[in-house]
Amino acid sequence: MSNSKELSKHDVQTRQHRELPQRSIRPDVDIFEDERGITLKADLPGVNKEGLDIQVDKETLSIDGKAEIEMPEAMQALYADVRATRYQRSFSLSSELDGDKTEASLKDGVLSLRIPKREQYQPRKIEIRNS
Amino acid sequence: MLPRIHGFDTGLFNEFRRLEREMDQLFGAGFWPGSMRSVASESYPPINVGVTTDQVDVYLFVAGLDPEKLDITIKENRLLIKGERNLERDDDAKHFRKERHDGAFQKLVNLPEDVDAEKVKARYENGVLHLVIQRRESSKPRQITVQ
Repeated sequence: MSNSKELSKHDVQTRQHRELPQRSIRPDVDIFEDERGITLKADLPGVNKEGLDIQVDKETLSIDGKAEIEMPEAMQALYADVRATRYQRSFSLSSELDGDKTEASLKDGVLSLRIPKREQYQPRKIEIRNS
Repeated sequence: MLPRIHGFDTGLFNEFRRLEREMDQLFGAGFWPGSMRSVASESYPPINVGVTTDQVDVYLFVAGLDPEKLDITIKENRLLIKGERNLERDDDAKHFRKERHDGAFQKLVNLPEDVDAEKVKARYENGVLHLVIQRRESSKPRQITVQ
């Protein structure tokens, strides 16, 4: 009897342990483009600079943020919309964007990313000379 | 895979892990009670409410907000939060995604009956509004001595 009880308890713990790493929130983003590059804004409430990890390579941009929420001991949940402490989202980058020159800032839980277009894709003004 | 029994985590990192775990246990586990009638779960902004015997903690996830534009009132045990977030969007730019909430919002939450509306602390940090509302003495568990 006691043996089967222990087993089921063990199962529950194992299942929770497995599920934890996968649980993350997909943050809301705005993305817009002007002639010089692309701007991305993401809502990451609860994330500070230390908890934020942004990876840019040739093809992908990934945002990974960990929220730190101060909570009292022995708190019981009454209601929750937010059920994870991690934000994750990735985007593919088109080739005219220069990921190496990405600039990022974070303020009040809003991430702002600016990715410029490569030099050859920048608009050029053509001077017209008088003949 | 088995849960790890022996950990190598120490100090601050360990503390973060603990918080994260607690948050997951509190807000992520399956034994979730039914949602409160007064809160529509899909509406902006997301909100979490937790209780201890001493206080009620309300977390409002509102990034990029001007706290001056918040209007927080508690009447009896009803908490009403009104606010506004105005995004600066360049109309000349080409928008690919517009998912972030823009404009006014409000949230009405039923709190436990014994909250003390006079004892509220509010803090806005990293895009999270955290309210701590004290509960009245009467709700605390009391040791009864048998004569």
